[in-house]
Amino acid sequence: MLDQRAQGSVNAAGLIIKIAVLAVVAALAVWAALPLIAAGAWWGLALEAAVVAVVFYVYLQRRAIQLKYLVPGTLLLIAFQILPVVLTIGTSFSNYGDGHRVDKESATEAIIAAGVQQTPDGATYLLAVGESASGELTLLLTDQADGSTWAGTEEGLTELDGATVDATGRVTAAPGYTVWTLADLNERQGELAELAVPTGPETGIKVQGLSAFEGRSTRSYDEACDCITDTATNTVWYADNETGTFLTEDGQAALVGWRVNIGAGNYLDVITDPEIRGPFLGVFAWNVMFAAGSVLFTFAIGLGTAMALNRPGMRGTKVYRAFMILPYAMPSFAMLLVWAQMFNRDFGLINELFNLNVNWYGGTWSARAMVLIANTWLGWPYMFLISLGALQALPSDSLEAAKIDGATGVTAFRKITLPLLLIALTPLLISSFAFNFNNFNAIELLSGGNPFMAGDAVGGTDLLITYAFRQAFGSSSADYGFASAISVFIFLIVATISAVMFRFTRNQEDVYS
Amino acid sequence: MTPVKRKGRNPFVKWAGDTGWRHLVAWAALIFGLVPIVYVVSAAFNPNGTLSSTSLLPTSFSLNNFEKLFTDDNVPFASWFANSLMIAVPAAFISIFISSLAAYAFSRFRFKGRRPMLLFLLLIQMFPAFLAVVALYLIFGSIGEFYPVAGLNTKLGLMLVYMGGALGVSTWLMKGFFDTIPKELDEAATIDGASHAQIFFGMILPLAAPIIAISGILAFVGTMNDFILASLFLTDRPEMTLAVGLKTLTAENSPASYFGIFAAGTLLTSILTVAVFMSLQRYIVSGLTGGAVKG
Repeated sequence: MLDQRAQGSVNAAGLIIKIAVLAVVAALAVWAALPLIAAGAWWGLALEAAVVAVVFYVYLQRRAIQLKYLVPGTLLLIAFQILPVVLTIGTSFSNYGDGHRVDKESATEAIIAAGVQQTPDGATYLLAVGESASGELTLLLTDQADGSTWAGTEEGLTELDGATVDATGRVTAAPGYTVWTLADLNERQGELAELAVPTGPETGIKVQGLSAFEGRSTRSYDEACDCITDTATNTVWYADNETGTFLTEDGQAALVGWRVNIGAGNYLDVITDPEIRGPFLGVFAWNVMFAAGSVLFTFAIGLGTAMALNRPGMRGTKVYRAFMILPYAMPSFAMLLVWAQMFNRDFGLINELFNLNVNWYGGTWSARAMVLIANTWLGWPYMFLISLGALQALPSDSLEAAKIDGATGVTAFRKITLPLLLIALTPLLISSFAFNFNNFNAIELLSGGNPFMAGDAVGGTDLLITYAFRQAFGSSSADYGFASAISVFIFLIVATISAVMFRFTRNQEDVYS
Repeated sequence: MTPVKRKGRNPFVKWAGDTGWRHLVAWAALIFGLVPIVYVVSAAFNPNGTLSSTSLLPTSFSLNNFEKLFTDDNVPFASWFANSLMIAVPAAFISIFISSLAAYAFSRFRFKGRRPMLLFLLLIQMFPAFLAVVALYLIFGSIGEFYPVAGLNTKLGLMLVYMGGALGVSTWLMKGFFDTIPKELDEAATIDGASHAQIFFGMILPLAAPIIAISGILAFVGTMNDFILASLFLTDRPEMTLAVGLKTLTAENSPASYFGIFAAGTLLTSILTVAVFMSLQRYIVSGLTGGAVKG
């Protein structure tokens, strides 16, 4: 416990530093406030003012000194760890994803815009199509009247700055977007047919070939029946507020829906929908196998080498050790990519060295063997290091006693060394399990989840995390809600594992003092 | 290595049973460990640069691939390297500094809510940043609307995520170490008139240099190796980090002749990480047994 009286003696240098830091905070606060004021985001501004007030209060008071040390970390933690976790949990209870990205109002506008018919006075645009990093289709438009560039989504039209255009004025590149090539455009024309950009209550922009036009819609929304009517085709879509879609009377959904809370729907899907449950359980089983296998193999090799080198006076141990750390010190992402190449069927090193002709990525089990081999390579030096550390810390008297009692070699190892080692290393083995359980890099960079059987959304080597990632950011339609539900599920598993670990280690920690 | 025979002359059997097998195991492990590394070296110096023409041991020598790394317009390796450093170094420094502040509070002060906060920190750090990748994407999408410098596709945005992500682990690691620094030192300094800030900056931080080094390295290496967040955040080719950039050079995405360039890039990247690891080897074992897993 620190003596409070010590705080009375403030020295000059400390005071100057404190004033300088607070001045920087104030300057940052002003800088951060300007865009909020400009956008009229008053809630944001109030939040910012509150944060700044807390910071000033904490550093100007003298009672709770610990707060001065906790505030920076707490703020960072709230913004970039706690808030994302809370949002993830929130998203997992919604149908957020492709087709359900926007609120109901925007969805209505988008459906109305899709019914747009060209009018003589409407603007026409040169069309390019881009995908934002989250995979949202965006029309990159060049106004043929004045050459200005615009970005249109089902939410509306925004001005596009910094776009590169070719001689005709068509957008060829834009910051934040992957622009489709002409081939893409031809191939995926169908996806564009239903995409429309609302520009007003009853006007919108529609795609036609390689250009787009603005016009008036034949559809309108009627609040009384909560439905949209198309006067040209006499179709009526009724809003279904539970699933966030507009449905015709015979159950046809309009292409654009909106974001609603669907309760535990995403979680229930995993349990009740056989199309999801089957692959999900398969992925889960393999995920456990992968994590357990990685720990087992890396530990076996690491412990074996550590035992071999744990002999005082043996020549060359330092050199051996330095070389054995090498795989651990190499950048793991790059080495995973190297391993992926080494397993290449035609030119890879493995097939060449062992004179094999195995298509490693082709079969589920060969791909699984491959990722386990590569992951073992990456992980064993870590196990070697911690095993060696633990071996050298073993009490020598129990080993001496065992020797006197006649326990030699294997028996001494099995009955004395291994149990003692496991006591020290179990927490590390468990955290290694938790780490590998979520080893996104290993799977993504080695196999990318391959092999995929025809029509399956799940690959043979997919882990839950790569599966979730593909649901959200893969090439097929994005389902953020479902992906978030899987994330929460993974978290629950890892938290359970870690709770076990915590029981193991808590004796050593100071938490309870 | 001499093969180990079961029946032989006595001194040899003794040597084999005592030390010989140890060398044998060590060599086997070394071969397993070094083959991919030798292969990378061989590929990097292979003048042809294709996967098919690369063998385990180099057959000829050329710096062709390294040259292309810096001259090929399609491979902005220098900017990838610079991007990775510009993100990883400040992120590691700042997050380690902030964690050390929090660790000091948890180690030296007793206040209400200390234990729940520590447990909460343990819990939240189990939720790795990349699990919340969808949410992070949304958050930074809206941050970018107000502050374009820190939105998606910016280095600052990615850096902030990494800083938040490394916080929980390093706070725990450092708190554990701070607990081993005797509190009597603090008390003596207090009696001498030192303020809490002087104790922290002048005494605790220098004493905790080993753990700061190890947490810093782990945060740095973890950031360098991250693929999932960097691939989502930085999509423009010159803005990419090494992990994302080098992946674009492998067979799936690029012509086969880029394999040599990829290997050369890997080699240059590893010079950095290997140098860091080797120079701090003696801290690493103690840091690892303290509960850190390389991310």
